[in-house]
Amino acid sequence: MTALDPRTIRRDFPLFEREVHGKPIVYLDSASSAQKPRAVFEAMDDVYRRYYANVHRGVYEIAAESTNAFEAARAKVARFVNANRTEEIVFVRNATEAINLVAYTWARKNLVAGDAIVLSHMEHHANVVPWLMLAEERGVELRWIPMTPDFRLDLTNLDELLAGARLLAVTAMSNVLGTINDIRPLADAAHAHDALILVDACQFAPHVATDVQAWDADFVAFSAHKMCGPTGIGGLWARYELLNEMPPFLGGGEMIRDVRLDSFTTNDVPWKFEAGTPAFVEAIGWGAAIDYLTDLGMPAVRDHEMQLTRYALDALRARFPESLKIYGPNDVSIRGGAVSFLFDGIHAHDISQVLDEDAVCARAGHHCAKPLMRQLGVPATTRASFYIYNDEADVDALVEALAKAEKFFGL
Amino acid sequence: MAGLEDLYREIILDHYRSPRNRGELEVPPAHKVEGFNPLCGDEVVLYIDVDPETETVRDIKIAGQGCSISQASTSMMSSAVKGKSLAEVHQLTRAFKALMSIHESKLEGEGDGSDLEAELEGVRLGDLEALQGVVKFPVRIKCATLAWNTLQQGLDEAEHAPSP
Repeated sequence: MTALDPRTIRRDFPLFEREVHGKPIVYLDSASSAQKPRAVFEAMDDVYRRYYANVHRGVYEIAAESTNAFEAARAKVARFVNANRTEEIVFVRNATEAINLVAYTWARKNLVAGDAIVLSHMEHHANVVPWLMLAEERGVELRWIPMTPDFRLDLTNLDELLAGARLLAVTAMSNVLGTINDIRPLADAAHAHDALILVDACQFAPHVATDVQAWDADFVAFSAHKMCGPTGIGGLWARYELLNEMPPFLGGGEMIRDVRLDSFTTNDVPWKFEAGTPAFVEAIGWGAAIDYLTDLGMPAVRDHEMQLTRYALDALRARFPESLKIYGPNDVSIRGGAVSFLFDGIHAHDISQVLDEDAVCARAGHHCAKPLMRQLGVPATTRASFYIYNDEADVDALVEALAKAEKFFGL
Repeated sequence: MAGLEDLYREIILDHYRSPRNRGELEVPPAHKVEGFNPLCGDEVVLYIDVDPETETVRDIKIAGQGCSISQASTSMMSSAVKGKSLAEVHQLTRAFKALMSIHESKLEGEGDGSDLEAELEGVRLGDLEALQGVVKFPVRIKCATLAWNTLQQGLDEAEHAPSP
């Protein structure tokens, strides 16, 4: 395994060529969305300039080329998450849509009033609201896995929670705390209770080698834009048999086999779920992002993240031993590179404003996880998150900018 | 580039650290109203006591939590409107929003804003002018206006509430 060299990697990302407020950008918001390497632009540019034509439609040469490139991207995604077959990858807009697809098709077909879904307190709104909507509509019961004081899932009563449940929907990595949840035991527990498991891998997949088969998962959702791919494209992986049994989601072109005035039959999996012209240029761009990450090596990506997160946690604690509180595990082997924190007496929004002066891009707010923020008892946190192009100098810049904020607010 | 000192003027930080009129009022006769900024979690709670005879803000108390701009703006707003007539409060609200570059009449397509200028001539904003720097940080304008929007909502509700 070759260790990552963030300085070299940064040269592949055109955005880092510019400055903000006369300073080089310190981008610490990859948990929200990652920057893109040149290879992604070039792949997309190449489609538009050389072989742009709608996919699965024409018999002419460039239509065949675009279709092949689109389906090759699907195969790349399938390999990236170790799917059993390429057809198990459904292209969607993002992880949010992937989860909604499951809620609108599998869940609405199979769940009735009184059935239960188990979620956790550390879910992103994307894995909360679709189920709240279903609960309102169907009278489905939602049960919640609580959190331990050290920011992990409290599995003490997992068997009770799963008794009679039909689905366990849980994140593989918290976008606020960084916590990595061990999915395999959760899948085993769910299956022991005849429940299925949906994994929100939106934060996890960009940072850690993802193996849906080793997880023994049933549904897995992820987005391209957090793993250096374009916006507007994401994936739902599901077991082939499940996809086959699920009713279609949106109706329209591509998802049909035949249409009559009074009926239709659906296309094969996965196209059954891909109504309308798909974001195939974006899918091809995503394929290029996956190639880029695969070339770096996901073990090296993960290793770099653990090292940098260790450095950041230590640097923050050393510099602000009293005034700064970190929300998330201290053990980097069970956490990702999203570091949420709060300063005594300084609101997260004000912190981010001061950081912006030094072109340090960090996120302030509830991070689309309000139930979690309520559990933590805080209105908002500042979050710095790291990826392949960040290095220790970025952490140092963050620490210096925070020291400036502390001094400025005189607290 | 606008510096931090443009945004965080000393008077703002002073109101943030020592907010005026913090507390609660008995409801009724006072009216309670809450305002939220869903994006960043700012929260403003107002207790407004309007004297129906004189149509004056007899008393106002504030609560809530959030960033320095939202909380300082709430504190400054409470000082500015306390004891003022509803007509004066309305004028202050318009003047403050104009300061934030939000011209309601312009948005609604009525006139070119010169009426507004005439109307607001002579309105004394006092300390509130310290918030003018917020305009250079467009993302934060909603932090500064939250208190005023909540006040407007509270006064509307109080006006339409059945009299006790």
